[in-house]
Amino acid sequence: MSTSLRPLATPTAVVTAGAALLADAIDAQGVTAARVEWQPPTGETGPAIAAVMADPRRKAANVQSLEAMLSAEATLVDVRPASETLGLERGHFLHAGPPLEWERASGPMRGALIGAVLFEGLAETAEQAERMLESGDGVTWEPCHHRGAVGPMAGVISPSMWTFELRDDAHDATSWCSLNEGLGKVLRYGAYGDEVIERLHWMTDVLGPILQTAVRAGDPIDIKAIISQMVQMGDEGHNRNRAGTLMFMREILPAMIDSGYPSSDVASSVRFLSGNDHFFLNLGMPACKLATAAAENIAGSSVVTVMARNGTDFGIQTSGTGHEWFTAPANTPEGLFLGSYGPDDANPDIGDSAITETAGIGGLAMATAPAIVRFVGGSVPDALATTQRMYDITVGENPAFAIPILEFRGAPTGIDVTAVVRSGVLPQINTGMAGRVAGTGQVGAGLVTPPMECFVGAIKALADRV
Amino acid sequence: MTKTLQLRKGTYVDSVKLMQVSRTIASLPGVNAALVAMATELNLDLASGMGFTLPDRAGPNEMLVGVDAESDDAVAAALEEVDVVLNAASIPSSSGFGSPPTPLTIGAAARVSGASVAMISTPGQYAFADAIDAIDAGLHTMIFSDNVPLQHELALKEYAADSGVLVMGPDCGTAVIGGVGLGFANVVRPGPVGIVAASGTGAQHLMTLLDGAGVGISHCLGVGGRDLSAGIGGISTLRGLDLLGDDPNTKVVVVISKPPAESVAESVQHHARTLGKPVLFALLGKGQPDITEVARRAVEAVGHTWSLPERLTGAVDRGRGDGFLRGLFAGGTLCDEAMILAVEKLGPIRSNIALEPDWALDHTLASDKHTMIDFGDDRLTQGRPHPMIDGSIRVERLLREVEDPTTAVILLDVVLGHGAAPDPGAELTDAIAAATSAGIPVVVSLVGTKGDPQNSSRQAETLNQAGAWVFYSNADAARASVDLLGTTNGSRA
Repeated sequence: MSTSLRPLATPTAVVTAGAALLADAIDAQGVTAARVEWQPPTGETGPAIAAVMADPRRKAANVQSLEAMLSAEATLVDVRPASETLGLERGHFLHAGPPLEWERASGPMRGALIGAVLFEGLAETAEQAERMLESGDGVTWEPCHHRGAVGPMAGVISPSMWTFELRDDAHDATSWCSLNEGLGKVLRYGAYGDEVIERLHWMTDVLGPILQTAVRAGDPIDIKAIISQMVQMGDEGHNRNRAGTLMFMREILPAMIDSGYPSSDVASSVRFLSGNDHFFLNLGMPACKLATAAAENIAGSSVVTVMARNGTDFGIQTSGTGHEWFTAPANTPEGLFLGSYGPDDANPDIGDSAITETAGIGGLAMATAPAIVRFVGGSVPDALATTQRMYDITVGENPAFAIPILEFRGAPTGIDVTAVVRSGVLPQINTGMAGRVAGTGQVGAGLVTPPMECFVGAIKALADRV
Repeated sequence: MTKTLQLRKGTYVDSVKLMQVSRTIASLPGVNAALVAMATELNLDLASGMGFTLPDRAGPNEMLVGVDAESDDAVAAALEEVDVVLNAASIPSSSGFGSPPTPLTIGAAARVSGASVAMISTPGQYAFADAIDAIDAGLHTMIFSDNVPLQHELALKEYAADSGVLVMGPDCGTAVIGGVGLGFANVVRPGPVGIVAASGTGAQHLMTLLDGAGVGISHCLGVGGRDLSAGIGGISTLRGLDLLGDDPNTKVVVVISKPPAESVAESVQHHARTLGKPVLFALLGKGQPDITEVARRAVEAVGHTWSLPERLTGAVDRGRGDGFLRGLFAGGTLCDEAMILAVEKLGPIRSNIALEPDWALDHTLASDKHTMIDFGDDRLTQGRPHPMIDGSIRVERLLREVEDPTTAVILLDVVLGHGAAPDPGAELTDAIAAATSAGIPVVVSLVGTKGDPQNSSRQAETLNQAGAWVFYSNADAARASVDLLGTTNGSRA
């Protein structure tokens, strides 16, 4: 159907791309030349860009993807072991990012898998666990994303670990994430010492059941509503989750106290939540996964639905190409380091937590989190510029995640592969940094971008499907 | 002598700007030649031709900076100047606290600016994606870029049909929308005539003639030279007619184009009859009324009285010896029209856009008997600015024609308006004076208005003082040139 013609009228502004001389001529007539800082597109992508741009399905499909993301709901409905929620059998593990063999696994990924084998009681010692993993004797693993789950950093989930269960009733979908262990020496950063395994057991024996009783006692907790509020309170939902964690505690504390468990267990659980500013990350991530999953499998859509890293590779998926991974070697984040750690100690980018950026928060909403710009090695003007730059590569804005300092403009949402390749601008990701050596734990936090090759691969695959 | 070639990564500057930078650097003391250009295949060839040693790997996103100078010091000074000029060329990015960064895509720029029109002059192979972006943003889209493949043009025009906007171009040199000129555009008064143009300089000339006769323009919609070919089927012409049909300010419509493909002509003429407004067809070519005659008809169609375009008499009133006519043009349609008018009396005219295949010039473009060259032709503008922007190539050629004993009369066009050189008359003065003192009459076809930034009256005066004949009608200029050859020489071939 053809739309009615836009009538001819004297323009107040003319968008110009190309020769500055022609833009100057427009300015000289008292009309604003809205200049595009044009760059040639990345690499040898011209024909693929042309094919995808000309796809008559693209525009409507991208709008549909965006609308699906915006309309997705996210409520916490239960807390259960992964053996129940994700159907994990003994010896089967989930991990962050795209698929990965042991030979190519990085230190923190190996450390987390070793820890999970120890935690499940499949091996007595780390060496024994490592041999099992190396030989594949009785152990298998696959990406969290393959089962609709997400995991931060190494993202390792084993059958006995408890998981948050979130529902999107609008799209009849469910997503899961492990419970956050806190900072420092923790499994997700590749540490597997005794204290790590002991904490995991306590989480399974004490924390999980109390949270389950508390969640089941009341109405589902609206996680999306908490995200809406936290982005107005200085959290970008990836590297800062302080307001989100506090608001979640406000929702859950009364029911935890009423749970009927021994007061010492309730107290230790409450102390655990209070002492971990990132507890909410593992609720925000599956909420974001529900949003991006709602946008999956729309033919012709060039919107990114997954960005995930396994410590070796960075992988993305797009709506129009289903569950095909487009991978390339992960970059190493740049930022600030804890204690005496330095750049040489940092592992390449790792974790499913870039699902937050995929859904429009995290690094894409950096402007809303000025409190942490120094922590990730930036400045406040950088943060404001970053988020505003992200509108160049996204399909639209999410009014539910409004950024006060940008006049309550919605977070830039729906990363468009064509825009990334054409502009050369990569999505900005805020992230923690894991130590390169297995067993180290967290060494810092900073900023990172996906490798451009992922997007080049995606646009070529999209072009093949036109 | 020292030659240095650097490869710089991560910087992109548009080709027009870089050519200006190259020229600035080449004119520095001690510098023999300079090339500052993106490392496209064409530019790498240029660099190699200039004797530079090429880098092993270079891509179109990298910048070549080549300097050939008398000494190391001169090279160093030149490289320093490159930085200075390039830094001055980059648009100052907004650095205020919290101010948004400059948009990188047309869609982003459209969202923040409230624009209703986009003008794209990115390299031809990329213009397609930029244009789709503009169409998606709901903007009427002018594509100044050339070298856009035909199938891309067709895809764009079909894509726009579903979006309610007009695609102007590709290779659209001029447009006027609601009084705002885009590309090479003259400043004309507002008025009742709406134009659909498949010829850039043709449209500019029609508008300046109307303006000179006191008749204004509502809109001038360029559609690109291929729109009325069978391959495109006149998609933008039909849409442009609809837009002008709906436009309350437009009383008379003029379609200016080379004769369309037969199949297309019929549908366009049929469509024109449904607009409820008079539509005049100005078909450029042999046996058709010239642009000046079309302007007269349009003026009369809106109820005005036609007044003859101005002319100023030159210093030399007879061609030199029994030589030939030499035409040096920036506008392709103007060159074409001049050849069509002159050929009746002169017979074959050699040209790079020859009327007959047998009359084509070889690649050296050396003059041979009666010769007319279109310096704005695509093949001559690769790697150098359009002659409307930088007249130096024509000045050099004019001086060479003066030295050629077989040159009797020189005819050239001077096109004014936004986007054109700031003072083309001044660029030509010395060369015209040289021709005049050599006894060669120089005839200028001046396309411009008093409102143009260069001011046509002032330009006419400058050119005339240097000795040139000046005509505000291209057809008049062409006829006068033939007449100046004199009756005895006029029939020479």
